[in-house]
Amino acid sequence: MATASVPAGGHGDPTRRDFLMVATGALGAVGAAAVAWPFINNLNPAADTLALASIEVNVKPIEVGQAITVSWRGKPVFIRHRTEKDIKEAVAVPMSELPDPQTDDSRVTDTAKKVRPEWLIMIGVCTHLGCVPLGNKPGQDKGPYGGWYCPCHGSAYDTSGRIRKGPAPLNLVIPGYLFLSDSLVRIG
Amino acid sequence: MASSHGTPPVFNNKVIAWIDHRLPIFSYIEKEYHTFPTPRNFNYFWNFGAIATVMLVLMIATGVVLATNYTPHVLMAFDSVERIDRDVPQGWLIRDMHMNGASFFFIAVYVHIWRGMYYGSYKAPRELLWILGVVIFLLMMATAFMGYVLPWGQMSFWGATVITSLFSAIPVVGDSIVTWLWGGFSIGNPTLNRFYALHYLLPFVIVAVVALHVVALHVHGSNNPTGIDPKGPQDTVPFHPYYTMKDGFGVVIFLIFYSLVVFFAPDILGDAANYIPADPLVTPTHIVPEWYFLPFYAILRAVPDKLGGVIAMFGAIAVLFILPWLDTSRVRSARFRPIYKWFMLLLVVDVVVLGWCGYNPPAGFFIPLSQVATLYYFFHFLILLPILGKIERPLPMPPSIADAVLKKKAG
Repeated sequence: MATASVPAGGHGDPTRRDFLMVATGALGAVGAAAVAWPFINNLNPAADTLALASIEVNVKPIEVGQAITVSWRGKPVFIRHRTEKDIKEAVAVPMSELPDPQTDDSRVTDTAKKVRPEWLIMIGVCTHLGCVPLGNKPGQDKGPYGGWYCPCHGSAYDTSGRIRKGPAPLNLVIPGYLFLSDSLVRIG
Repeated sequence: MASSHGTPPVFNNKVIAWIDHRLPIFSYIEKEYHTFPTPRNFNYFWNFGAIATVMLVLMIATGVVLATNYTPHVLMAFDSVERIDRDVPQGWLIRDMHMNGASFFFIAVYVHIWRGMYYGSYKAPRELLWILGVVIFLLMMATAFMGYVLPWGQMSFWGATVITSLFSAIPVVGDSIVTWLWGGFSIGNPTLNRFYALHYLLPFVIVAVVALHVVALHVHGSNNPTGIDPKGPQDTVPFHPYYTMKDGFGVVIFLIFYSLVVFFAPDILGDAANYIPADPLVTPTHIVPEWYFLPFYAILRAVPDKLGGVIAMFGAIAVLFILPWLDTSRVRSARFRPIYKWFMLLLVVDVVVLGWCGYNPPAGFFIPLSQVATLYYFFHFLILLPILGKIERPLPMPPSIADAVLKKKAG
């Protein structure tokens, strides 16, 4: 016996029994975690929810200066046909003024790396707490930077959808999209 | 006061005696709710524990009935609630009782919490009793929030979006947690289903924690307006009939006010926007939570940083857990704390101001006002209470509850 030197009832040194207790407890914890996992993972999105992958949008009817909202994965997606002025303003902003620095070009590039500055396509969900910002429809408050304004907690976005003022930490999210032709875009 | 009055009760009814010998449920009721020695000097603030219990039972009763007619599906939920209001016999009444019952449950619990603070009920040996109470409060908030989502109106949908998005502030794993909570990429049918399941489950969890709360209460007995422990029979009266009557009276008065709202102004505490069906593409111009969340909502918005705001909001409740150790004064009741007394009233003003800020859009002077009120809230708990207990000179205390009561009568 390797542990013959441990006196019965002695304290301090671990005994065979201590080892067995720890080993059994550790195995039990692993088992409990393995059983808990299906219950936790069960709450994640189901296969049919994940399957709502992509949509195709014809952008031909959108005139310069107009914007539309389409629904993708239950969320609004803003498609704005930007004016020359919008683009100039967005490009002219120095990176140092941005809480989440991104160039305008990087926000109008599709998945084939083609830059189309006139088309800004973003998920229309404020990165603060998920409201839909105003400014996509005519007559709505576009906020102090001429882009979008979230009425919930006062976040203001510029003409590139970048956060400029307010509690939102990040720019409006650009989904993956690809122009299949000059007038047809696939989102997702 | 764990001591009971001498010998166990003798039951004359043979059936009761037979049952009690095998399952001592009648002895238990006799000991804990009849002869239970209770301080003789309760004021009406001590009604609100019983009132809250009545509201909990009322919420479960109305909720189970509503569930028999409600459909948890994004295409049918709104219409099923309208059907309850218009077509189901007395559906309007049950629903108005349920949605206003939530508000009145919170009124009762807020008074109950404030009473515990004013009279120092959380101090030794009642710290765990207090902490169980804060757990009940948290469970109530979760239950109320999920219940508000079920009618699937505009405020349901956007309130749920804002509150679940709070978790996206958590670094690294935030977005995965939000997707997990939603069961999708936005609030949708899986979210509504799980909220319904949890909204049905949590009230029974609350019942279980209330049971623990009461067990903990009956170990050392209730605190009282003097904060002095009972020293003998002259300081106490049996719980029944003295406090069953007094609680019953308070419950009736409370239910009169509740009925006034249910019957004459059932929508006064709600938001009209929730009678518009949920639209995932249009956010209402002004999202407000239910009134009982407004102070915490104001704290969330007062901090100009997403993660910071979320931490402050949860911190506002977290400080309540450690309140028994933040308050360094050994005197329980504010009656004998001449300075603390005024700060407890100021805390009420502060929370009301926070609620007012939470109700209004985050613009103009509401921004600095909510920031000042938020700072004061944390100042009260984290700085004032530890210091005040050291420097405040308490007023002389009466030797016993009986002395305090009888002297008052004589004078």
